[in-house]
Amino acid sequence: MSALIELRKVRKEFTGPERQPITVLDGVSFSLRENEIVALLGKSGSGKSTLLRIIAGLTPPTAGEVLYKEKPIRGTEPGISMVFQSFALFPWLDVFENVRLGPEAQALDAAEQRRRTLEAIDLIGLDGFESAYPKELSGGMRQRVGFARALVVEPDVLLMDEPFSALDVPTSETLRDDLLDLWRERKIPTRSILMVSHSIEEALLLADRLLILDGDPASIKAELPIRLTHPRDRNSEAFRALVDRVYAIMTRPAAPVVGPLAAMGIGRRLPSANVQQMLGVLDEVSEQSTSGKLELAALADELEMEVDEIFPLVEALELLGFATTEGGVLHLTDSGEAFLEADILERKVIFGRSLVERVPLARHITAAIEAEDDHRVSEERFLTELNEFFTDEEAERVLEVLVAWGRYAEIFAYDYDSGEFSLENPTAEEATD
Amino acid sequence: MREQFPERPFASRAWVSRWDLVLLPLVIGVFFFLAWAGSQTPAAVHTGGSASISLSPALLPLYALKSTLRMLAAIVVSIVFTLVVGNWAAKSRRAERILIPLLDIGQSVPILGFVSVALLWALKIFHNVILGAELAAIFGIFTSQVWNMAFSYYYSLKTLPKELTRAAAVFQLSRWQRFIRLELPHAMPQLVWNTMMSVSGGWFFVVAAEATTVSGHKILLPGIGSYIGVAIEHRDLGAIGWAIFAMFIVIMLYDQLAFRPLVAWAEKFKMHPTEGAEPTSWMLDLLRRSAFVEAVTELARQMLVRFRRSRMPRILRPQRERARIVRVSPRISETTWNIGLGVVSVVTVFFLARYIMRGTGVAEVGHVFLIGFYTLIRVIVLVFLASLVWVPIGVQIGLRPKLTSMAQPMVLFLSAFPANLLFPIFAFAILSWHLNPQIWLSPLMILGAMWYVLFNVIAGAQQIPGDLREVADSIGLKGWRRWRRLYLPAVLPAYVTGGLTAAGAAWNASIVAEIVSWGGHTIKASGLGSYIAVQTAAGNQPKLVLGIAVMIIYVLLMNRVLWVRLYRIAEERFSEA
Repeated sequence: MSALIELRKVRKEFTGPERQPITVLDGVSFSLRENEIVALLGKSGSGKSTLLRIIAGLTPPTAGEVLYKEKPIRGTEPGISMVFQSFALFPWLDVFENVRLGPEAQALDAAEQRRRTLEAIDLIGLDGFESAYPKELSGGMRQRVGFARALVVEPDVLLMDEPFSALDVPTSETLRDDLLDLWRERKIPTRSILMVSHSIEEALLLADRLLILDGDPASIKAELPIRLTHPRDRNSEAFRALVDRVYAIMTRPAAPVVGPLAAMGIGRRLPSANVQQMLGVLDEVSEQSTSGKLELAALADELEMEVDEIFPLVEALELLGFATTEGGVLHLTDSGEAFLEADILERKVIFGRSLVERVPLARHITAAIEAEDDHRVSEERFLTELNEFFTDEEAERVLEVLVAWGRYAEIFAYDYDSGEFSLENPTAEEATD
Repeated sequence: MREQFPERPFASRAWVSRWDLVLLPLVIGVFFFLAWAGSQTPAAVHTGGSASISLSPALLPLYALKSTLRMLAAIVVSIVFTLVVGNWAAKSRRAERILIPLLDIGQSVPILGFVSVALLWALKIFHNVILGAELAAIFGIFTSQVWNMAFSYYYSLKTLPKELTRAAAVFQLSRWQRFIRLELPHAMPQLVWNTMMSVSGGWFFVVAAEATTVSGHKILLPGIGSYIGVAIEHRDLGAIGWAIFAMFIVIMLYDQLAFRPLVAWAEKFKMHPTEGAEPTSWMLDLLRRSAFVEAVTELARQMLVRFRRSRMPRILRPQRERARIVRVSPRISETTWNIGLGVVSVVTVFFLARYIMRGTGVAEVGHVFLIGFYTLIRVIVLVFLASLVWVPIGVQIGLRPKLTSMAQPMVLFLSAFPANLLFPIFAFAILSWHLNPQIWLSPLMILGAMWYVLFNVIAGAQQIPGDLREVADSIGLKGWRRWRRLYLPAVLPAYVTGGLTAAGAAWNASIVAEIVSWGGHTIKASGLGSYIAVQTAAGNQPKLVLGIAVMIIYVLLMNRVLWVRLYRIAEERFSEA
């Protein structure tokens, strides 16, 4: 079987605020063969959408090669089409005009444009809605327009960037089944589908092969063929076993950060997890099992969370020493138990202790505040330091996470208006009022 | 309508950027050069070619039509300029760095003073008084309205949703398709709104530009503005009344037939539809349901399709969005470019200084800055007073939806109505009652401008969330405390936009407001506005341009020091999220 798309040692760097390269993808190699659906799974921020954009020709790789039919991709290709998470419909065009964009761009004659457009609209079950504007449609119908628009150009390769994640569960199920029918009954000329997903179940329901992206910079951590027959039953033994297996792979520690200041450790991407949710997870684990162990798959089910929602929490718990994971199972640690059992004020003390002990950035910030005479430090300084590792946006996100944690633990105060960190608690402002 | 007056995305974070330092002298330098060169060989200005205006009310419809056509011509030029320059600034980083501060300076230029410089050149080039004066007037109206339009288009292009541009690339839209299907529709609501605001503000300048004095000669263009000018000379209160009435009709027609249908139509292009009542227009409904209009648009569409098929220029063909390899910008040429600009600007400053020393003297510069300060004080006091009056009223109106829906169109109407038509009445009153012009001429500056404050405050108050008001009720937040904790912070962002626009308009208006005449009498208040007006009439080019330059500097300073700061505070503190 020949490869439709082939990636060879793809690396992607973004230019950081100080013109230093920040690598998000490194050494990514895989191929997309004919007649298969491949799902690309990874935690949020793992670069999976970037990878998809590289294949779509929207952004070039920094190094490595991307081949489409054995020729390098240098821009968008007529044979590669895409479905977007947010649908990306043009709100001022009606359904017909949205779907016609592709044929119109190919400058077919008017009758042919019309024929193709109507055909695609029929195929995806949108007939009757031709003159509707996107704002008049439900989410599911909007994404159908997204599919019709992608399929009308009869692409060889269909790229899907989390196509179902903005939809509610029953809607996404229907749409997924419809797509699978079209694919399996060969009603669409598409020869291969690559889907980015953050839902393990969704990936396992659709794909013939699973690629797991992980690490910083990210690379393909594991590849998993799925040989279940369609229609797949998510409650079957085999399916559940696969889910557990994927969780196990995804919690295997990735390679540690390397870099000049990595020794200090402030270049760690703190997961976007809030304390209340962390407590929720701990609570769930201790409720579900007396031994303080719970499979992540079960936990995700119980809390109705997807991978990209639950992994930041798990990562934060591990980072703070409240839990550990092994083979897709979450274990509560002693300090995790203690944290959970404590009352509101004690919790803050325990959390603060863990934070300063185990998170270098927290230690760094408190030390910096101590070192100043007036015990005030501007956030600019920390952002600049973080910029050595991250893009502007990421640096701000990391600092925001730390501010939230630090405020909860009351290890420092942070003033939003002035952007200053300080030791003191905020003084009662305008007490005279 | 829940719109606000044009929001201005400010060019730079700092209150003065290095681009200002480079570009400001360049702009002023160009003015100086134009004025100097224009005055070197005096154009053959003679009033012989100027139109004679009859005060017969029967001719007013014709004059009104001519004024409207001038406006139309200016707006067409403005739209073309907007699309070209906005696009250029959004797509080239080098152009962006120069064009954006330039637009910012551009909107600080006192248009009325500057029209006479343009007129001088137009006369020189065309050797035809009427044609030259027409072009200068249209140019003046154009410069009064183009900046916020260009800004808004640039800003829309910069804020195109990434997903949509990606979709456009994946589906390989041609350049034309990109423009017509993506860029223009996305910009449409803001562009239409800003255009309409510009037109509303433009009536003031149409009226002012129709009667200009250059080198001591009065040049009249047939229109409502010149009609009222002649009426003032003849002390004909009746004719002034007729002119105001005619303008009233024009603005009403414009409001009903152009402004409202367009704003209602642009609603369709919004990414996030307006909450609550969408703007409506009976005219738009009529057009949308008319079979004739449908037939005409269909015919036009088909012709366009046929034309495109027959030619098929390159920009219409499918475009492969070449994934561009990110290049580290070529630093050498960048530096050369920057140094070059710096050198040019230093040289300009040098020549400017020399020219001013010779032409007017240092004392004159000091004097102009001093009277500029008088006008500054007037603007600040007036905007403050107007705020004191209109903010509370605006909040009260905005809190009541029914009252709002009645008041908003009225305020829009008032802001479009050229206040300078009312000036002679004030002049008459000041003369009759022997009032002090230093004080009593000042209100004229704010007469047309204050509606911006009111309009924006109403819009801001309208958006105060109902649950916040309920909370205030339930915890018993009353009186001044309620204003301080709830209403004022909530309307601050909208107020800043309004105040900024009002202050800008007041500066511009000072040129016609600090000096007014009634028959043979001329009443004058000392200030930068009257200085510019006097120098214009006298044809003293160096002094005129000095006045313009000083006013630009004052306006820029006031914007950067006062409004930008307030804007940032409003943005950071009082926006949710």
